[in-house]
Amino acid sequence: MAGVTLRGVKKRYPGGFEAIKGIDLDVPDGDLCVFVGPSGCGKSTLLRIVAGLETASEGTVAIGGRDVGALGPAERDVAMVFQNYALYPHMSVFDNMAYGLRNRGAARPEIEARVAEAAAMLDLSALLARKPRELSGGQRQRVAMGRAIVRKPALFLFDEPLSNLDAKLRARMRVEIRALQRRLGTTAIHVTHDQLEAMTMADTLVVLNAGRVEQVGKPADVYARPANRFVAGFLGSPEMNFLDGEAGPDGRIDFGALGSLSAGAGARAPVSRKVVAGIRPENLAPAEGDGPDRLSLTVDFVEELGAARLVYASREGRRVVVHTAAHGGWAPGAPLALTAAAGDVRLFDPQGGAALG
Amino acid sequence: MPPRANLRAIALHAALILGAAALAVPIWLAFVAATRASADFVAGDVGWLPGPHGFANFWTVLAAGDSADGLPPAWPMLLTTLVVALLIALGKIAVSLPAAFAVTYFRFPFRSLAFWTIFLTLMLPVEVRIVPTFQVVADLGLLNSWAGLSLPLIASATATFLFRQTFMSVPDELTEAARIDAAGPLRFFFDVLLPLSRTNVAALFVILFIYGWNQYLWPLMVTTEPRFYTIVVGIQRLALAADEGTAVWHYVMATAILALVPPVAVVVGMRKLFVRGLVETEK
Repeated sequence: MAGVTLRGVKKRYPGGFEAIKGIDLDVPDGDLCVFVGPSGCGKSTLLRIVAGLETASEGTVAIGGRDVGALGPAERDVAMVFQNYALYPHMSVFDNMAYGLRNRGAARPEIEARVAEAAAMLDLSALLARKPRELSGGQRQRVAMGRAIVRKPALFLFDEPLSNLDAKLRARMRVEIRALQRRLGTTAIHVTHDQLEAMTMADTLVVLNAGRVEQVGKPADVYARPANRFVAGFLGSPEMNFLDGEAGPDGRIDFGALGSLSAGAGARAPVSRKVVAGIRPENLAPAEGDGPDRLSLTVDFVEELGAARLVYASREGRRVVVHTAAHGGWAPGAPLALTAAAGDVRLFDPQGGAALG
Repeated sequence: MPPRANLRAIALHAALILGAAALAVPIWLAFVAATRASADFVAGDVGWLPGPHGFANFWTVLAAGDSADGLPPAWPMLLTTLVVALLIALGKIAVSLPAAFAVTYFRFPFRSLAFWTIFLTLMLPVEVRIVPTFQVVADLGLLNSWAGLSLPLIASATATFLFRQTFMSVPDELTEAARIDAAGPLRFFFDVLLPLSRTNVAALFVILFIYGWNQYLWPLMVTTEPRFYTIVVGIQRLALAADEGTAVWHYVMATAILALVPPVAVVVGMRKLFVRGLVETEK
């Protein structure tokens, strides 16, 4: 059992490219921490630095309070699941899972007991004699998980382990991995570019962008109170609506021809200033009556999702997406009046994108 | 089948049949000649069909020899050739695997210099460097020895180069997984790399065995004792005898056919692995 502590971690490549630009992070013991970010944000590099597969150019990495900077991957007591699983193709499922134990000099009966236990946990008991090429993608994925858990390491490292699975299997494995990690109580770092996977699996969400941490927190908190425009836009699908507007002393945001919305007390400014207002698609709703808080648009088209639908509306080239459960009245070309609660309008600095208020 | 595809198939098959015939006809003629008597050659009447002396000729060549014409039996030469071919094939593989492992996986000073030096020897087959190589082998006192026969042929880059390509196609994640699984370099080499290169080793073994089997110039240079004569050298000596003395072409042809059998057996026996090693990537 061990937490992970990163202090001032940087990674510079010989060409001068800085992939990680100074990261401080604490992952508590037993936590499932998800690194999420667009490709090239440095999340995999950071994971590999924790694993010991790459060395940090600066800074320290500690696992369970022990500085592991000078240790190789085998001495760090970590287990890793790779994106393409990296199963040894010539070894049976049993041997794949037993290999790490054997190399560490575990006794034969113990290896058999541990593999049997892990296989039972992952529903692999009937497949132990098979070779990886005789398994389906989901089964290979579970073998890779099994290889990690037989070792009973202090830390699991998952490098996009679900990205090679189809959507249905991915949703199931998400739940399974989550449940497995809870049951074992082992600290885990999970890297993904899929914001849905990140939201659903994480105890702690770490949003990375361009080699920096943008925000750390519980998924629901990060979603509700993004620290900046990047985080706000990255989490959530469809993406948050961003509209340029002007915040006045009364706390109203004026969107010009579109109309205006109230943004609560936090938005009040002594003098008017330009802001970017962010409103999540599910927080927009048709305006009832004729209050002042309304955006007037025209419906462009509707995407049917079954349980809900996405209504795309625009005016003067500014587009808004509404996620709504309500039926009817969404004919393309029809006028549409929308409103949002003051608390659901997030404001961002047009320069730099930091959250305001 | 549409007529165009039909025509294409016919053309392809015709080309294949012609090619196969071009390869097979000389072998068939050699086999026919090997079953004839000496008199047939003198009469110039060999024909296209096997004669009645097949078993007798092969037996004479293989085991008894023809002391009247000064021909030793062929089986010791076949044995010598087998030993030489195996020494060359296995020796090359044994040297090349660690060499390729080193240049692919380890960052040591002058690594690429080491690799290109090895690579350079590709351009220097024995035939090109035969005089200096002979000098070196003679100075080392290796004339008329197994080492003298095989060592200079073992030292070349083909296998190292091929194994390097094989190793480079092994995904990095596998190496990393092995590192996390506490497998050191040697464990990784024997537990992961070697089993994954199994088919490539087999393919290379076939190629190198044939290469070793067919060596002519070098064995001719470094051996003077009959016990080190390889079969190809033996055929040359037979042909010489046939040219000068009696027309023992039936024996020459029988020996040639016998010399053909082991390499063909190796190719046929390892056909599956051989093809997989050349075309398939199992990683």
